[in-house]
Amino acid sequence: MFRFEKKANPFYEKDVSGCAVSAIMNTKGRRFSSEGIVKSIANQRDRSNGLGGGFAAYGIYPQFAELYALHIMYQNQASAHKTEQYLDDYFQVEHKEVIPHRHDTVISHHPFLRRYFVKPYPVGEKTPDRIFERLSEDELVIKNVMRINTGFDGAFVFSCGKNMGVFKGVGYPEDLAVFFKLEEYSAYIWIAHGRFPTNSAVWWGGAHPFSLLDWAVVHNGEISSYGINKRFLENFGYNCTLFTDTEVIAYIFDLLVRRHDLSFEMASKVMAPPFWDEIEKMPDEEKELYTTLRATYGGALLNGPFSVIAGFKNGIIALNDRVKLRPLVAARKDDFAYVASEEAAIRIVQSELDRVWSPAGGEPVIVMLEEPAAVPTAP
Amino acid sequence: MALKTYESEFKIVRDDSKCIACQVCVRQCANNAHIYDAEDEKVYADDSKCVNCHRCVSMCPTKALHIEHTPLQFMGTANWTSSAIRNVIKQADTGGVVLTAMGCDKKYPNYWDRILLNASQVTNPSIDPLREPMELKTIIGKKPDKLEFENKGGKVSLKTHLTPQLELSTPIMFSAMSYGSISLNAHKSLARAAFEYGIYWNTGEGGLHKDLKKYKDRTIVQVASGRFGVNSEYLNTSAAVEIKIGQGAKPGIGGHLPGEKVPEEISVTRMIPAGTDALSPAPHHDIYSIEDLKQLVYAIKEATRYTKPVFVKIAAVHNVSSIASGVVRAGADAVVIDGLLGGTGAAPAVMRDNVGIPIELAIAVVDARFRDEGIRNQASIIAAGGFRNSADVIKAIALGADAVYLGTAALVALGCHVCQKCYTGKCNWGIATQDPYLTKRLNPNIGSGRLMNLLRGWSIEIKEMLGGMGINAIESLRGNREHLRGIDLHDKERELLGIKAAGETW
Repeated sequence: MFRFEKKANPFYEKDVSGCAVSAIMNTKGRRFSSEGIVKSIANQRDRSNGLGGGFAAYGIYPQFAELYALHIMYQNQASAHKTEQYLDDYFQVEHKEVIPHRHDTVISHHPFLRRYFVKPYPVGEKTPDRIFERLSEDELVIKNVMRINTGFDGAFVFSCGKNMGVFKGVGYPEDLAVFFKLEEYSAYIWIAHGRFPTNSAVWWGGAHPFSLLDWAVVHNGEISSYGINKRFLENFGYNCTLFTDTEVIAYIFDLLVRRHDLSFEMASKVMAPPFWDEIEKMPDEEKELYTTLRATYGGALLNGPFSVIAGFKNGIIALNDRVKLRPLVAARKDDFAYVASEEAAIRIVQSELDRVWSPAGGEPVIVMLEEPAAVPTAP
Repeated sequence: MALKTYESEFKIVRDDSKCIACQVCVRQCANNAHIYDAEDEKVYADDSKCVNCHRCVSMCPTKALHIEHTPLQFMGTANWTSSAIRNVIKQADTGGVVLTAMGCDKKYPNYWDRILLNASQVTNPSIDPLREPMELKTIIGKKPDKLEFENKGGKVSLKTHLTPQLELSTPIMFSAMSYGSISLNAHKSLARAAFEYGIYWNTGEGGLHKDLKKYKDRTIVQVASGRFGVNSEYLNTSAAVEIKIGQGAKPGIGGHLPGEKVPEEISVTRMIPAGTDALSPAPHHDIYSIEDLKQLVYAIKEATRYTKPVFVKIAAVHNVSSIASGVVRAGADAVVIDGLLGGTGAAPAVMRDNVGIPIELAIAVVDARFRDEGIRNQASIIAAGGFRNSADVIKAIALGADAVYLGTAALVALGCHVCQKCYTGKCNWGIATQDPYLTKRLNPNIGSGRLMNLLRGWSIEIKEMLGGMGINAIESLRGNREHLRGIDLHDKERELLGIKAAGETW
């Protein structure tokens, strides 16, 4: 049912799906309720088919802002027990609890859902016996998450960032919002997804958003370059485990922005680069830049139709494939930024807008917090 | 002992009611298979001399000629085929090695024909290359692990610059074929077509004729174990330098161009005395191990002031993935892999037909090995050996090759009918010969035009197939084995190729 038993095999798998996406952000870092995002995604109900939905919320755990919030789903108690032992070995677990959810909604069957607020042991006497050294805390978290997701039957980490979390499952997104009691959270960025998978292999982990550290990605499309994106990432130590093409987008952002220190603009030009014809016409310096970018990161070009929204702690980025084969609309109103598959999904939340536009293919919409420091880190 | 019954493999059939005894066939056949009898005013045939190259058939103005496999066949068995018996008799007669040319003609499994391509339906729109951009541009060479940028007063500029690269308008190049093994007119055709189409041609190991220096920027010069024609000017009259370690048609052995095929022009180009045999040793005698290869790679880089990528060409043999990995670690910017079906101008049949592994498997295991080791970006993979059409090419790219080399296909475009007699030096199509009477049959203007037609045709087909898969840039297919499915393959073969079976879903 939850497809946990099926771990990554030597051959790649991906789910094909059409979808609805939506995001709302307050550029001043002010937190607001889930009401708007739920309305927005519910208004695009036709774009999903009840086989997957989810939300990412930033700024929801100010009391644990310095800890990694691990959201984990388990197939059974045995896998939970085994994974918790593992977590105890590698992390200081400051707090753990069941992810709050209702028992009387339309969601009738779900995995065990738990969350843990942790930090890796500092290097010292309590450093666990390990085979990798000189890893940053982020790298350690990634390694351990990948290990759980590939090696622990029945356990799946679906969110591991700081002061953010992902809530997702099988169902319509608005039903999942009720199930996960999202009205109890307030966040400065909300991202939502409604899924229309075109095969029957649906499972809770396969819903969007996909998340790694503080990246959360929702995606409408089918990545025809998936086979090479996945192998390109393996060259850098990323193991794709989710049987879906969307996770490669999260990993590509992580590789380019966090590890290789590319700007968001540059990263989006890797994923949706200018055509060679356009590069030909650029001034010499720019021409060299884009030629080098395409030559070096060709394996990270995302081909096929997509509109994608990625969240991170300081903002959001929305991007279309370079020939714009899927819809994407952006809008601004005062401190609020909106991105969605359809304009109607924005208008239902905010009918009066300062500006509404349809970004061109390959043109990223990047919205950053005005002052990153404004994000509340304590209650 | 009158044992021979093998002289005539082919039978020349002449329709006397059509033949006008014009003697075109007599003049066209360098093998002297057609004989004019002035007394009878008739043309007769000596079947034993026919190689089935179809030159006479193509040129006969009245279409009076036809070539058949001779009806006289050995009894034969499934095991003792005609060619097996013929070769034993030949060798008992002469005590020699059975020579042949072109690629392996034994019936090994062809994996290209057991791999199927994908296309988009509903969930992903296919792209029409006539309406939308479709990019085949390919960049060959070492790529950095990551890029660094500088921000100068709000203007972002590159801090990491690429080492020298080759830019191809389509992921195809012309394979190494030396001046000596083929004619100058063949070289001119290849060079001109490469230059015009924006790809590269390869000199092979016989040096670069002075008339071709103007094509420098589209020329890959080869350095092989005989070091023919290699000097500082040669190395620098190029876009890239290729060190040839092995050849798919004859892995592990060298080459031999007989003295009769070394006239003045070739002697000057190869820097050897006219009329002497040009011998390429089996190994490079300064490369007995991988660290020696590294020295040669860097000696060439020094000699060219680090302005040119250095390729290393190896034959696909059993350990190809670890050898290729070593080659990359020795500093090569691209590794060229020549498969079992790769061609040659002359090789012992026993080598050509029995040594090496198919290029399909070699590409797959080398690409996978490089990714496992995290070195895939450090070198491009160029595949060679037996590409017959654009589908073979696109499958090679999906398995992991950056580009492919065409040898035989290019020669066929120039007129070759694959009679496999290149080693005789009597090529009636003016390709694999140095006889001026024959070489003038190949007009480089027409030849280069035909090569460009071939490149154009294949490129259009590749674009159609890419668009069908919902991909608009070739780099999104490179190594993207999700778009391949295997049919009639064992599990182990599919595992090595890294592809699923036809019918398996994502």
